[in-house]
Amino acid sequence: MNGPRPSAVPILRLGDVLVTGLLNELDDTSALAFTDELTERIAAEGARGVLIDISRLEIIDSFVARTLTELTTMARLLGARVLVAGMRPAVAITLVELGLELKGVETALNAEQGMSALGWSQVHQPPGGVPYDALR
Amino acid sequence: MTLYDEEFSARRRLTLRGHASAPGGTRTAQPVHATHAVRSEQDLLSVRHAVRAATVEAGFALVDQTRIVTAASELARNAYVHGGGGSLTIEVLGHGPRRGVRLTVRDQGPGIPDVDKALTDGWTTGSGLGHGLGGARRLMHEFTIDTAVDRGTTVTAIRWNDR
Repeated sequence: MNGPRPSAVPILRLGDVLVTGLLNELDDTSALAFTDELTERIAAEGARGVLIDISRLEIIDSFVARTLTELTTMARLLGARVLVAGMRPAVAITLVELGLELKGVETALNAEQGMSALGWSQVHQPPGGVPYDALR
Repeated sequence: MTLYDEEFSARRRLTLRGHASAPGGTRTAQPVHATHAVRSEQDLLSVRHAVRAATVEAGFALVDQTRIVTAASELARNAYVHGGGGSLTIEVLGHGPRRGVRLTVRDQGPGIPDVDKALTDGWTTGSGLGHGLGGARRLMHEFTIDTAVDRGTTVTAIRWNDR
């Protein structure tokens, strides 16, 4: 296959939002490939928002923190807003003690709240019509 | 967590370069005692698993496990990126109810010319954020750096589980 190596991390598109997540077993090379692929997808698909689920990450060290911070800045320069969702409490405590605040990175407690912050509503309301109820 | 750490502040020590390396020579290590190579990105991942297993073995709770694994990740990455590769030795220490994990990270790299500067947040010569060494020190109770220019660096770090 030609072109940049795919990062092996799925990046899904929901409307103008890209949804993806980081895996605990991501090595440095894959993390950088993921950054490249995500920024290319933002530009190619005109994404306005990016949700990155990090609930699988058991630790965040300074390398991963730098990756997230840079990714957020690159996305912003491309006109997209990044939401990092699902950080584990133990990871948050450790990050603060490590002296890393992820400055400039928007966060949400979980993916659902992250999507909501990006303008996705949990209750689907079709424009101008009676809400469709699948159970009825 | 600050209060918790304050209890240990008296035990913290920081030995700068030139100090003879005799980390915890009087302590007896328990069965978990293994040395892992840190020579590839894959090693950085496997070392984390090994350290996690040792923290579980030593009875650490989740937040402490996370602190120790994160510190190990920072130190191992330093050895890999700046030291040209090295090794990480994991020991579970035991004193009755008091148990701990000692990480010893060695490399034969260029050494750290200015340890004070290397411990300063925001100082970096590599790909991180410059919080690696100073951050790892904050996550552990005891922290010793033994380094000499062109002779490599050995970092020894311990966290205890009692309070």
